[in-house]
Amino acid sequence: MLITCPYCGPRDVLEFTYQGDGNRERPQPASQNLDAWNAYVYDRLNPAGDHNEIWQHSGGCRSHLRVVRNTLTHEISSTTFARGDHKSAARHKAGGKS
Amino acid sequence: MVERQSPLEPVLQVGSHGNFEHGVDIILSETQPGSILQLAAWPGEEKKLISVIRTVTGLALPDGAGGGSTDGARSVFGFAPGKFTVVDEAEGLVSAFAGAVTPAIGTVTDLSHGRTAIRIAGPKAEWVLAKFFAIDFALPAFPVGAGRSTVHHDVFAQIQRTGADQFDVYVFRSFARSFWKALCHASEEVGYEVQ
Repeated sequence: MLITCPYCGPRDVLEFTYQGDGNRERPQPASQNLDAWNAYVYDRLNPAGDHNEIWQHSGGCRSHLRVVRNTLTHEISSTTFARGDHKSAARHKAGGKS
Repeated sequence: MVERQSPLEPVLQVGSHGNFEHGVDIILSETQPGSILQLAAWPGEEKKLISVIRTVTGLALPDGAGGGSTDGARSVFGFAPGKFTVVDEAEGLVSAFAGAVTPAIGTVTDLSHGRTAIRIAGPKAEWVLAKFFAIDFALPAFPVGAGRSTVHHDVFAQIQRTGADQFDVYVFRSFARSFWKALCHASEEVGYEVQ
Protein backbone atom coordinates (compact mmCIF):
# COMPACT_ATOMS: atom_id res chain seq x y z
CA MET A 1 0.00 0.00 0.00
CA LEU A 2 1.31 3.43 -0.94
CA ILE A 3 0.25 6.67 0.73
CA THR A 4 0.95 9.87 -1.18
CA CYS A 5 2.28 12.30 1.40
CA PRO A 6 1.47 15.89 0.35
CA TYR A 7 5.07 16.82 1.11
CA CYS A 8 7.16 13.72 0.30
CA GLY A 9 5.14 12.12 -2.50
CA PRO A 10 4.17 8.43 -2.72
CA ARG A 11 5.78 6.38 0.08
CA ASP A 12 5.45 2.87 1.40
CA VAL A 13 2.91 2.38 4.18
CA LEU A 14 5.76 1.17 6.46
CA GLU A 15 6.87 4.81 6.79
CA PHE A 16 3.49 5.79 8.24
CA THR A 17 1.87 5.32 11.63
CA TYR A 18 -1.87 5.00 12.02
CA GLN A 19 -3.17 7.58 14.47
CA GLY A 20 -6.76 6.48 14.62
CA ASP A 21 -10.21 7.20 13.31
CA GLY A 22 -10.51 10.68 11.80
CA ASN A 23 -14.23 11.00 12.46
CA ARG A 24 -14.20 11.25 16.24
CA GLU A 25 -14.25 14.62 17.93
CA ARG A 26 -12.46 15.03 21.24
CA PRO A 27 -14.53 16.77 23.92
CA GLN A 28 -13.08 19.84 25.62
CA PRO A 29 -10.52 18.66 28.24
CA ALA A 30 -12.67 20.02 31.09
CA SER A 31 -15.83 18.40 29.78
CA GLN A 32 -17.69 16.12 32.19
CA ASN A 33 -20.10 14.91 29.54
CA LEU A 34 -19.61 11.16 29.96
CA ASP A 35 -21.62 10.34 26.83
CA ALA A 36 -19.33 12.57 24.75
CA TRP A 37 -16.21 10.96 26.24
CA ASN A 38 -17.66 7.49 25.78
CA ALA A 39 -18.40 8.26 22.12
CA TYR A 40 -14.89 9.67 21.64
CA VAL A 41 -13.19 6.63 23.13
CA TYR A 42 -15.41 3.77 21.94
CA ASP A 43 -17.85 4.66 19.17
CA ARG A 44 -16.57 3.84 15.69
CA LEU A 45 -18.40 3.84 12.37
CA ASN A 46 -16.44 0.87 11.01
CA PRO A 47 -17.65 1.45 7.44
CA ALA A 48 -17.15 -0.97 4.55
CA GLY A 49 -15.89 1.68 2.15
CA ASP A 50 -14.32 5.13 2.42
CA HIS A 51 -13.03 5.88 5.91
CA ASN A 52 -11.57 9.11 7.32
CA GLU A 53 -8.30 8.39 9.10
CA ILE A 54 -5.42 10.23 10.72
CA TRP A 55 -1.94 9.02 9.84
CA GLN A 56 1.49 10.35 10.67
CA HIS A 57 4.36 10.18 8.22
CA SER A 58 6.58 9.16 11.12
CA GLY A 59 9.35 7.79 8.90
CA GLY A 60 9.51 10.90 6.75
CA CYS A 61 8.45 14.51 7.20
CA ARG A 62 6.59 13.61 10.43
CA SER A 63 3.48 15.52 9.31
CA HIS A 64 0.07 14.42 10.53
CA LEU A 65 -2.21 13.62 7.60
CA ARG A 66 -5.92 13.33 7.03
CA VAL A 67 -6.35 10.28 4.79
CA VAL A 68 -9.45 8.80 3.14
CA ARG A 69 -8.89 5.05 2.73
CA ASN A 70 -11.29 2.51 1.32
CA THR A 71 -11.46 -0.31 3.86
CA LEU A 72 -12.45 -2.83 1.15
CA THR A 73 -9.82 -2.06 -1.49
CA HIS A 74 -7.18 -0.07 0.50
CA GLU A 75 -7.47 2.58 -2.21
CA ILE A 76 -6.41 5.99 -0.88
CA SER A 77 -8.63 8.64 -2.42
CA SER A 78 -7.28 11.71 -0.63
CA THR A 79 -4.39 12.81 1.59
CA THR A 80 -4.11 16.30 3.06
CA PHE A 81 -2.21 17.86 5.95
CA ALA A 82 -4.13 17.60 9.22
CA ARG A 83 -2.65 21.00 10.10
CA GLY A 84 -5.11 23.76 9.30
CA ASP A 85 -7.96 21.38 9.92
CA HIS A 86 -10.45 23.31 12.06
CA LYS A 87 -10.97 20.43 14.48
CA SER A 88 -7.30 20.05 15.36
CA ALA A 89 -6.85 23.84 15.49
CA ALA A 90 -9.72 24.13 17.98
CA ARG A 91 -8.21 21.33 20.04
CA HIS A 92 -4.85 23.08 20.06
CA LYS A 93 -6.42 26.33 21.31
CA ALA A 94 -8.39 24.55 24.01
CA GLY A 95 -5.18 22.83 25.17
CA GLY A 96 -3.40 26.18 25.32
CA LYS A 97 -5.99 27.78 27.56
CA SER A 98 -6.27 25.07 30.19
CA MET B 1 34.74 23.18 21.34
CA VAL B 2 35.32 19.65 22.59
CA GLU B 3 37.02 17.30 20.19
CA ARG B 4 34.44 15.15 18.50
CA GLN B 5 34.92 11.40 18.28
CA SER B 6 33.38 9.56 15.37
CA PRO B 7 31.03 6.66 16.15
CA LEU B 8 32.41 5.01 12.98
CA GLU B 9 35.99 4.95 14.24
CA PRO B 10 36.15 1.23 15.17
CA VAL B 11 34.65 0.09 11.85
CA LEU B 12 35.88 2.64 9.34
CA GLN B 13 38.66 0.80 7.47
CA VAL B 14 40.27 2.91 4.78
CA GLY B 15 41.00 1.03 1.56
CA SER B 16 39.30 -1.05 -1.10
CA HIS B 17 36.89 -3.78 -0.07
CA GLY B 18 34.54 -6.34 -1.52
CA ASN B 19 34.46 -7.29 -5.15
CA PHE B 20 36.76 -4.54 -6.47
CA GLU B 21 38.79 -6.60 -8.97
CA HIS B 22 36.76 -5.08 -11.81
CA GLY B 23 36.87 -1.57 -10.43
CA VAL B 24 35.49 0.37 -7.50
CA ASP B 25 31.90 1.48 -8.06
CA ILE B 26 31.22 2.99 -4.61
CA ILE B 27 33.20 5.42 -2.50
CA LEU B 28 32.17 5.70 1.15
CA SER B 29 33.37 8.39 3.52
CA GLU B 30 32.36 10.26 6.63
CA THR B 31 32.17 13.98 5.93
CA GLN B 32 32.29 15.10 9.60
CA PRO B 33 30.69 18.52 9.16
CA GLY B 34 31.30 20.97 12.01
CA SER B 35 27.68 22.12 12.14
CA ILE B 36 24.40 20.31 11.50
CA LEU B 37 21.35 22.42 12.31
CA GLN B 38 17.64 21.95 12.09
CA LEU B 39 15.63 25.10 11.44
CA ALA B 40 11.86 25.23 11.74
CA ALA B 41 9.50 28.06 10.82
CA TRP B 42 6.19 28.74 12.51
CA PRO B 43 3.25 28.35 10.10
CA GLY B 44 3.23 31.32 7.73
CA GLU B 45 6.85 32.32 8.48
CA GLU B 46 8.49 29.94 5.98
CA LYS B 47 9.44 32.67 3.48
CA LYS B 48 11.16 34.72 6.20
CA LEU B 49 13.15 31.69 7.35
CA ILE B 50 14.20 30.92 3.77
CA SER B 51 15.46 34.48 3.38
CA VAL B 52 17.37 34.22 6.69
CA ILE B 53 19.01 31.03 5.41
CA ARG B 54 20.03 32.85 2.22
CA THR B 55 21.46 35.77 4.21
CA VAL B 56 23.45 33.59 6.61
CA THR B 57 24.68 30.85 4.28
CA GLY B 58 24.44 32.47 0.85
CA LEU B 59 22.42 29.47 -0.36
CA ALA B 60 19.11 30.05 -2.14
CA LEU B 61 16.45 27.40 -1.59
CA PRO B 62 14.49 26.44 -4.70
CA ASP B 63 10.70 26.33 -4.44
CA GLY B 64 8.98 23.07 -3.70
CA ALA B 65 8.99 20.21 -1.22
CA GLY B 66 12.41 18.77 -0.48
CA GLY B 67 14.23 21.48 -2.43
CA GLY B 68 17.80 22.29 -1.49
CA SER B 69 21.18 23.42 -2.66
CA THR B 70 24.85 23.01 -1.84
CA ASP B 71 28.08 24.85 -2.56
CA GLY B 72 30.40 22.11 -1.32
CA ALA B 73 31.13 23.65 2.08
CA ARG B 74 27.56 24.47 3.05
CA SER B 75 24.36 22.62 2.27
CA VAL B 76 20.69 23.19 2.95
CA PHE B 77 17.55 21.22 2.15
CA GLY B 78 13.93 21.04 3.21
CA PHE B 79 12.92 17.76 4.85
CA ALA B 80 9.43 18.58 6.13
CA PRO B 81 6.93 21.44 5.72
CA GLY B 82 8.67 24.58 7.04
CA LYS B 83 11.68 22.61 8.30
CA PHE B 84 15.21 22.65 6.95
CA THR B 85 18.54 20.98 7.62
CA VAL B 86 21.55 23.28 7.28
CA VAL B 87 25.07 21.86 7.26
CA ASP B 88 28.43 23.62 7.36
CA GLU B 89 31.96 22.22 7.26
CA ALA B 90 32.89 24.79 9.92
CA GLU B 91 31.71 24.80 13.51
CA GLY B 92 29.70 27.66 14.99
CA LEU B 93 26.88 27.95 12.45
CA VAL B 94 24.39 27.89 15.32
CA SER B 95 25.60 31.24 16.65
CA ALA B 96 25.21 32.80 13.20
CA PHE B 97 21.58 31.66 13.11
CA ALA B 98 20.76 32.25 16.78
CA GLY B 99 20.46 36.01 16.30
CA ALA B 100 18.95 35.89 12.83
CA VAL B 101 16.11 33.43 13.47
CA THR B 102 14.04 35.50 15.89
CA PRO B 103 11.47 33.82 18.17
CA ALA B 104 8.75 35.24 15.89
CA ILE B 105 10.14 33.38 12.86
CA GLY B 106 10.93 29.94 14.26
CA THR B 107 13.46 27.78 16.04
CA VAL B 108 17.08 26.64 15.69
CA THR B 109 18.20 23.24 16.98
CA ASP B 110 21.87 22.27 17.00
CA LEU B 111 22.22 18.61 15.98
CA SER B 112 25.95 18.72 15.24
CA HIS B 113 26.73 16.06 17.85
CA GLY B 114 23.56 14.08 17.27
CA ARG B 115 23.91 13.16 13.61
CA THR B 116 26.57 11.40 11.58
CA ALA B 117 27.06 12.36 7.94
CA ILE B 118 27.97 9.56 5.54
CA ARG B 119 28.81 10.26 1.91
CA ILE B 120 28.16 7.62 -0.71
CA ALA B 121 29.48 8.36 -4.18
CA GLY B 122 30.21 6.52 -7.39
CA PRO B 123 28.40 5.13 -10.42
CA LYS B 124 26.50 2.55 -8.31
CA ALA B 125 25.50 4.96 -5.51
CA GLU B 126 21.88 5.18 -6.71
CA TRP B 127 21.72 1.42 -7.04
CA VAL B 128 23.09 0.66 -3.57
CA LEU B 129 20.84 3.25 -1.89
CA ALA B 130 17.83 1.84 -3.74
CA LYS B 131 18.45 -1.42 -1.84
CA PHE B 132 17.95 0.51 1.42
CA PHE B 133 15.22 3.03 0.77
CA ALA B 134 11.93 2.73 -1.11
CA ILE B 135 12.24 6.08 -2.87
CA ASP B 136 13.12 7.08 -6.43
CA PHE B 137 16.83 7.95 -6.69
CA ALA B 138 16.81 8.69 -10.43
CA LEU B 139 18.20 12.13 -11.24
CA PRO B 140 14.95 13.59 -12.70
CA ALA B 141 12.97 12.54 -9.59
CA PHE B 142 15.72 13.43 -7.10
CA PRO B 143 17.66 16.42 -8.49
CA VAL B 144 21.06 17.63 -7.22
CA GLY B 145 20.66 19.60 -4.00
CA ALA B 146 17.28 18.07 -3.12
CA GLY B 147 16.66 16.34 0.21
CA ARG B 148 14.48 13.42 1.29
CA SER B 149 13.60 12.06 4.70
CA THR B 150 12.91 8.37 4.93
CA VAL B 151 13.71 5.30 7.04
CA HIS B 152 15.72 2.12 6.74
CA HIS B 153 14.42 -0.45 9.23
CA ASP B 154 13.30 2.34 11.58
CA VAL B 155 16.64 4.14 11.29
CA PHE B 156 15.55 7.63 10.31
CA ALA B 157 17.69 9.05 7.51
CA GLN B 158 17.87 12.37 5.75
CA ILE B 159 19.41 12.13 2.31
CA GLN B 160 20.69 15.00 0.19
CA ARG B 161 21.93 14.56 -3.35
CA THR B 162 25.12 16.61 -3.52
CA GLY B 163 26.21 15.47 -6.98
CA ALA B 164 24.97 13.52 -9.99
CA ASP B 165 26.29 10.31 -8.39
CA GLN B 166 26.86 11.48 -4.83
CA PHE B 167 24.57 11.45 -1.78
CA ASP B 168 25.03 12.62 1.81
CA VAL B 169 23.09 10.55 4.33
CA TYR B 170 22.43 11.94 7.82
CA VAL B 171 21.61 9.30 10.42
CA PHE B 172 21.30 9.34 14.21
CA ARG B 173 24.75 9.11 15.75
CA SER B 174 23.68 6.12 17.87
CA PHE B 175 22.65 4.16 14.75
CA ALA B 176 25.55 5.34 12.59
CA ARG B 177 27.88 2.39 13.17
CA SER B 178 25.25 -0.22 12.39
CA PHE B 179 24.07 1.75 9.36
CA TRP B 180 27.65 2.08 8.13
CA LYS B 181 28.19 -1.67 8.41
CA ALA B 182 24.98 -2.32 6.48
CA LEU B 183 26.11 0.14 3.82
CA CYS B 184 29.46 -1.66 3.53
CA HIS B 185 27.73 -5.04 3.16
CA ALA B 186 25.41 -3.64 0.50
CA SER B 187 28.38 -2.18 -1.42
CA GLU B 188 30.49 -5.36 -1.29
CA GLU B 189 29.20 -6.87 -4.50
CA VAL B 190 30.05 -3.82 -6.62
CA GLY B 191 33.38 -3.11 -4.94
CA TYR B 192 33.80 -0.14 -2.62
CA GLU B 193 36.53 2.10 -1.33
CA VAL B 194 36.50 3.75 2.06
CA GLN B 195 38.23 7.13 2.21
